[in-house]
Amino acid sequence: MADAHDTHESEVVLPEPDKGELWGMMGLFDTPADLYHAAEELRDAGYKGLDAMTPFPVHGLERALGLKPTPLPFLVLGGGAAGLASGIALTWYVNYDYALNISGKVPFSWHIYIPVYFELTVLLSALTCFFATWALCKLPTFFHPTMRHKSFPRTTDDGFFLTVDATDPKYDSASTRKLLEKLGAKEVEEVHS
Amino acid sequence: MSAAKKPPKGDGLLPKELVESWSKIGYGLGALGVAAFAAGMLGADQARFGAAYLVGFMFTTTIAVGALFFVVIQHLTKAGWSVAPRRIMEWLSQGLIASAVLFVPLVVMAPKIWHHWMGEHAAHDQVLVQKQGYLNQPFFYARAIVFLVVWALLATWFYKLSREQDSTGDRKLSDKLQVAAAPSIAALGLTISFAGFDWVMSLDPHWYSTIFGVYIFAGCLLSSHAMLALCIVRLRKDNIGGNLLTVEHQHDVGKFLFGFVVFWAYIGFSQFMLIFYANIPEETVWYLHRWNHGWHVVSMGLFLLHFIAPFLMLLSRTAKRDPRLLAAGAGLLLFMHWVDLYWLVMPNFDEHFHFQWVDIAGLLAPVGVTAAWLSKRVLADPVYPLKDPYIPEALKAENL
Repeated sequence: MADAHDTHESEVVLPEPDKGELWGMMGLFDTPADLYHAAEELRDAGYKGLDAMTPFPVHGLERALGLKPTPLPFLVLGGGAAGLASGIALTWYVNYDYALNISGKVPFSWHIYIPVYFELTVLLSALTCFFATWALCKLPTFFHPTMRHKSFPRTTDDGFFLTVDATDPKYDSASTRKLLEKLGAKEVEEVHS
Repeated sequence: MSAAKKPPKGDGLLPKELVESWSKIGYGLGALGVAAFAAGMLGADQARFGAAYLVGFMFTTTIAVGALFFVVIQHLTKAGWSVAPRRIMEWLSQGLIASAVLFVPLVVMAPKIWHHWMGEHAAHDQVLVQKQGYLNQPFFYARAIVFLVVWALLATWFYKLSREQDSTGDRKLSDKLQVAAAPSIAALGLTISFAGFDWVMSLDPHWYSTIFGVYIFAGCLLSSHAMLALCIVRLRKDNIGGNLLTVEHQHDVGKFLFGFVVFWAYIGFSQFMLIFYANIPEETVWYLHRWNHGWHVVSMGLFLLHFIAPFLMLLSRTAKRDPRLLAAGAGLLLFMHWVDLYWLVMPNFDEHFHFQWVDIAGLLAPVGVTAAWLSKRVLADPVYPLKDPYIPEALKAENL
């Protein structure tokens, strides 16, 4: 993505938006309700690549956008199972490798290791949860094409954006723009990476 | 953002057919319970029936105490989501009035049940002589009266004001309940702990565990939420409770149920691990009695079916939202709650694990009487608090 402007950049102006590959379309709404209804309309029209940017969480928006449930719970379950297995392996190995007689307990009396199993299960679940969240959210991301929209800063203040990914099979510059504008979107723009 | 939801239309009463069929079940169980009680009292082994009856009495009482605890804590926290589940728990808590009556047979059979410290030989037992300041009969019965009266009064009063609000819709009633909730929760915590010490732990009067009351309390919460989950699944099947009893409320109750599975295991294990690790004979003997002569089957059964199996069953979101899976988990937990109490009580009477028919009779008697009493007391009342000020909040409950 060599860009002519990169060589003589000014302080705040980003590279021209129409130079890179097409990323998708953005529409600005003034209220969460407008955004919610527009998202429902687009979802019902068959769009799959929808996303939204809001200054605060909007309840039920993930359903209006038709987002798929996150695979996070299954990853965490896997992390927890791995933690439990590692706890059992650890306590079994140290008993087998260097058995100590502690208060008359038989080697590998698993009852007293339950805190170890519990802690390792929780530890690996929590770490999996933390890092998988970063990975699934593609963090850290320092630049995203949507930032090129001139009203993008309003997403942290009073702007509600609905975005349509260009990879969506239903995406069409003219008809998607028409539909968004019909639903009340302002400043509808295509952004490029 | 979705369209404004409205509370269900109508008077909130249970459909006639359901009231009829539930009353039939309730009174049927009542008749069966009375018959079981008579058979047990006339049977050969009265000490065994006394122990079995104590298990059954603890079974119904813990469910009702847990339900009352739920009601009080919803007021204490000004919870909005729980309006409809709260009414069902108010119903279950009415069982405490039956418990007050059901304690009378225990008084009659007391010398056979708590013979370990009530019997003649206690006077010659140095440990028991030293415990006499607490473990003597007048004080024991006085405490029992306090526990039972406090529970019955709280259950009656919290339900009475809630029913009053059904007709008046007076916001002040909620305020009153919220103010009363704080001292009530302290009273409940203390009474159930000491009831556990008195009625169950004193069966082995040499042995002591400071966490024992919490263990009984964990059983209260778990069993009452299991019962609530079953009720919600049944009511939702006929779409009773409408917007106030949706899959979201069911999911929330499922989460509580799952949480209390872990809580029960946590408390049970806390007690076990300290005793196992310290290895002091006067403490370990209690677990030894629950391990030798076949009891290890019950002990391991508790670990596997009271914790591992329900933990895995109720872990996923899907299970809490699916009526059949949730009901299966709740049913298993309710059964295992009885096994848990059986495991606490029975090894004090029989070193060997022998299941006998009187054990079922001892369960049926309190369950039957409580079921019949509840049929009479609550089935004609609305299934959710009709004019609770928190209804708008309850309508909005959802799990993201």
